[in-house]
Amino acid sequence: MARLKDLPAGERELMMKIPMPHFDATPFVTGKPLSERRVAILSTAALQTRSDQAFAWGDAGYRVIPGQTQPNDIIMSHRSVNFDRSGFQQDYNVCFPLDRLRELADAGVIGSAADYHYTVMGANAPERLEDTARHVAGLMKRDAVDTVLLVPV
Amino acid sequence: MSTTQISLIREHTVAIKPPRALWVSFELGRPLGVPNDPAFQTRVLRACLELLNAESGPVLQDYPEDVPPELASADFTGMSCPIDLPQPSSSEHGIARNLLLEIRQVAPWYALAVSQRGRTTVGISDLNVEQAGRFLAGYLEDESTPAPRGDLTTGRLLKLVCEDLKAYYSEAASAQPGMSASIAVEHWLFNETVLGKLLWQLRNTRTEHEDDEMKFFARRSLIPDRQIQYKGARAYNP
Repeated sequence: MARLKDLPAGERELMMKIPMPHFDATPFVTGKPLSERRVAILSTAALQTRSDQAFAWGDAGYRVIPGQTQPNDIIMSHRSVNFDRSGFQQDYNVCFPLDRLRELADAGVIGSAADYHYTVMGANAPERLEDTARHVAGLMKRDAVDTVLLVPV
Repeated sequence: MSTTQISLIREHTVAIKPPRALWVSFELGRPLGVPNDPAFQTRVLRACLELLNAESGPVLQDYPEDVPPELASADFTGMSCPIDLPQPSSSEHGIARNLLLEIRQVAPWYALAVSQRGRTTVGISDLNVEQAGRFLAGYLEDESTPAPRGDLTTGRLLKLVCEDLKAYYSEAASAQPGMSASIAVEHWLFNETVLGKLLWQLRNTRTEHEDDEMKFFARRSLIPDRQIQYKGARAYNP
C-alpha cells in the first residue's frame, strides 16, 4: 500500500513534490553487538501522553513517551489525515513498537529498551526539526542510549 | 549513536540515503504492518534492528513480507456497512440532535472496543464525545457558537474535536469482526454516517474561509485525500 503507485493521485503527486534534503555525507556509526545495545524509539506519529500538549500546526517540537506509560495514556495529535489511524487505535505497536522492543530486550536480542522514547510530527520541513533532533539526541545520550529506531508513520 | 529505520516511501529513502533503512510495503500509518499480530510486528522489528550488524552503508533493504491480502484492501468495492444506522429525519431534528442520536447508537460498539483493547485514543480535545459533537454541529449552524475551551482558537479546537469524533466512530467500527482493513472503516465513516456528512459540510463550506487556519484545516487536515478522490471533490494540494 505504501508503494507510490498505490496511493491516490493527489497524495502521490504530493509525495513526489516534497523537496528532499541533501546531505553531503552519510555518517555511518557502528557499535556494540545488537545484544548489548540500548535502544530508543523516535516516532514521527505525533504521539503524546494524555497530560501533554497536543501538537499544533507546524509544531516542530517533541513529546516524551516514558517507557512505563500505560497503553490508555498514548494518544495522537498529528495534523495529517493522509495515513491510517485505525491500526494505531487497535494496537499502538503497529506504529510505536514499544511492547515489541521490551520483549526483544527480555529475550536478550537487544541489551535494553530506553527509559524514555520520543515523538515528533513528521508533517514538517526536515530542517525545521534540526534543533529538536539535536536536543533529543542529547537527552537520549543521558539515558545511555546508543541506538535509535526511527519509525515513520 | 547508530540509527536504523523503517522506510515507507522507498523513493524518499533512496534520495535521503539514511545509514540503515528497511523498506516495507505496508500502508502509511502501519509501519509495523499488522495491528494485534505481535509475531508479524516482531519479524519486522528484528529485520530492522539486524541492519545494525552491517559494517558499512548506506543500507536499504526491502522487507520481503506483505500484509495478508484481506488487510490490504485498496479499493472501495464490496464495502459493507459495519454499523447499520437508521437514517435520521433531518426535517424533524437539527443536525446536533441527529449527530447525538448517532453517537449514542455507536456507543455500544465503542464500549466493546474499549473493553477489548483496554484503551481508547479518544480524548485529544479534552471534551467528552457528546460535547465534541455539540460543538461541531453548533459551529456548522452558527460560527459564533462559543467554543467550550477558551485556550484554543476555534480552528484548532475544531481539528481536535473532529479527530476525537473520527476516532470514536473508527474504534467502534473496527471492533466488529472483519473490519481490520483501514479503508472499510474509513469508507463507512465518511460516506454512511451523519458525522461523515457533517465533516464534508464543514470542508465544503470553509475551504475559502477568511481565517487561514480554518481554511487550511478544511482543505488539507479534515478529509483524507483518497476520500476526496473517491468523491471527485476538488483537491487542494499545497
